[in-house]
Amino acid sequence: MKLDGGQALIRSLELEGVEVMFGLPGGAILPVYDPIIDSSIRHILVRHEQGAGHMAEGYAHATGRPGVAMVTSGPAATNIVTPLCDAYLDSVPMVVITGQVPTGAIGTDAFQECDTTGMTSGITKHNFLVTDAQDIPRTIKEAFHIATTGRPGPVLVDIPKDIVDPDNPNSAMEWSDNVEMDLPGYHPDTSVEPAAIQAAVALMQAAERPVLYVGGGILKARAAEALRELAELTGFHVVTTLMARGAFPDSHELCLGMPGMHGNFTAVTAMQESDLLIALGSRFDDRITGRLDGFAVDAKIIHVDIDPAELGKVRRPDVAIQGDCRVAIEAMVELLRVQGVGESDRQAWRSRISGWQERFPLTYDPSVPGEALKPQFVIEKLRDATPDDTIVASGVGQHQMWASQYWKFDHPYTWINSGGLGTMGFSIPAAIGAKVGCPDKTVWAIDGDGCFQMTAQELVTATVENIPIKVALLNNSYLGMVRQWQDMFYDERHSEVFLSKDVPDYKGWAEAMGCFALRVDDPDEVENAIAQANEVNDRPVVIDFRTEAREKVYPMVAAGTTNSDLLVHPSQEDQPR
Amino acid sequence: MTEETERRNHTLVVTVENKAGVLARVASLFARRAFNIKSLAVAPIDDEDLSRITIVVDGASAPLEQVVNQLNKLINVVHIQDLQPGHAVERELMLVTVTVEPDHRDDIVEKLDRAGGKVMSVGIDAMMLSLVGTPDHIDVFEEFLRPYGILDLQRTGRVALANLDEPID
Repeated sequence: MKLDGGQALIRSLELEGVEVMFGLPGGAILPVYDPIIDSSIRHILVRHEQGAGHMAEGYAHATGRPGVAMVTSGPAATNIVTPLCDAYLDSVPMVVITGQVPTGAIGTDAFQECDTTGMTSGITKHNFLVTDAQDIPRTIKEAFHIATTGRPGPVLVDIPKDIVDPDNPNSAMEWSDNVEMDLPGYHPDTSVEPAAIQAAVALMQAAERPVLYVGGGILKARAAEALRELAELTGFHVVTTLMARGAFPDSHELCLGMPGMHGNFTAVTAMQESDLLIALGSRFDDRITGRLDGFAVDAKIIHVDIDPAELGKVRRPDVAIQGDCRVAIEAMVELLRVQGVGESDRQAWRSRISGWQERFPLTYDPSVPGEALKPQFVIEKLRDATPDDTIVASGVGQHQMWASQYWKFDHPYTWINSGGLGTMGFSIPAAIGAKVGCPDKTVWAIDGDGCFQMTAQELVTATVENIPIKVALLNNSYLGMVRQWQDMFYDERHSEVFLSKDVPDYKGWAEAMGCFALRVDDPDEVENAIAQANEVNDRPVVIDFRTEAREKVYPMVAAGTTNSDLLVHPSQEDQPR
Repeated sequence: MTEETERRNHTLVVTVENKAGVLARVASLFARRAFNIKSLAVAPIDDEDLSRITIVVDGASAPLEQVVNQLNKLINVVHIQDLQPGHAVERELMLVTVTVEPDHRDDIVEKLDRAGGKVMSVGIDAMMLSLVGTPDHIDVFEEFLRPYGILDLQRTGRVALANLDEPID
């Protein structure tokens, strides 16, 4: 069957099971937008290409299916660089299609030309520049295969205009339903070495102070259930990193919550004092370890990761297990059932942990009527007034840390954030993508005012495309996390962190974008506002919560210090550690 | 090159798909991961779909295992062989133009003959020489020539194949 390259591209996406894509057309990609009219794929027209990328990420986070975005060449390609890098650092499966100038014009500094594959080679799992229409179906198949297997990640496919333009003979191709991939250098291996599993189990049996250190890889491997089985069988405590919140229920008695720079005292200290860290799909990020030479110095390490390059990259493991987390955990469980979980006395360890939990719970000074809202209070009220499978997407900064700390995540795939890259402005487009993927779930974006101003225009997309997300804006008029650092480490000298008390008028702005909007100043109004927001399901909602700017995120491991030097809330400073 | 730096250096033979942009991917990986390249040689091999990159890596800049693992993540990298120092045949080609007073010419030609090199071109007061040898061997000859005055010099970077008695990995 004769097709043109543009038709072949859309048909290839349909064959990959793509139901929705996020994008914005322009010159070089124009020919591909024509066959979209006749396609079963829903296209969501964004207001900025960065939004398309984060929406695709949010969709992928929430559904586990690859997110797809399509934009034109040049400035559109540069605008989607941030989401690509974000997806690369957080291992999000995503396929981005960019237009490119015609093959004959490549290298001439043509209008809207940029070296898209060159620019993105370091921030994609792989990228392709397709120069022959006949290669389009195979390349799309390869792109989805690479994005979704092994350690997932973003793949970019750059498509010159002439090979998709039906008016150009270069676009002629012969469609075949059978295309073979040609990837001689790509063989992701999910199997695990039985000997390594046995060695890991031996360490687990002997451990007196074990901690399961769980990262985002658990979610990518769909291993939450297997993890729960392992934790319950062994009685080992679990910490869930920022990328793994929800992988193990916060309500579970073995869950210690989030470790790291703003982790809670018990999670941070249990890792620090542990004699065995079982790292499952986690990568010893600097935000977790604090100063590396002082990190968990007595701990032996079992490290399970599908990416062999993670094993030993930061901390040398005693047992390295390359492979799929779920396969590895199931193998551990099977062996532990046969061999037992060991005779080690872990009672003393358990009582130390419960002692820390009693002395160092997450805490803040309560909201006082008539004063600005405490952001933690708003999050707690929101948490208590929403279904427990609500999807929460956050931006980056203080509000992100409070959301991760104070929400109770009891289900996997309900927490979506930008962990590795720390991309401000992530939450609104990511929430939109998540809502598109899970239309029956309630989706709240928890955002800060700095973040909101970076991507708020996508609320227009949400209104027009009928994607009713809700946004809790924790508005303290500051770039709060930067202010916190200036408070703590720069003698309270505030440099370029104050945004504005009154501008913009967020309620008015949100209404102008078609949203239902409220402004809340008083603690007594919080519950009522959330109740009103929960009633609105025919358009996006924005609540402008006016929060206290002096509030700090505690605990905190200051940069350059070890996790043993964790700074706790002032009210806990005198507690014995 | 001292014995110690030679021991720190590792020769990686990286078989890649023979496609546009693959060398750039390899080179930019080294740059962004802060791995140092000492020498680099690239050419297609007998299978026209493949190309071989011989990289001498400064082992002090990063653990070799990390370099290999990161290289392996490049989709276009098909195979990596880590040639242990002293367990491979390594060769390099040098072209060098050196100033030669007529009365020194015999000196140089004699040395060059013994080293297995060739005179490629002769001018009024200069000669262009070529020499193939181990990188050490080339280093020594380069030092011998230096006092005469080197006008121009180009080395290819090393290429290598594992010894035949080495187990194939």
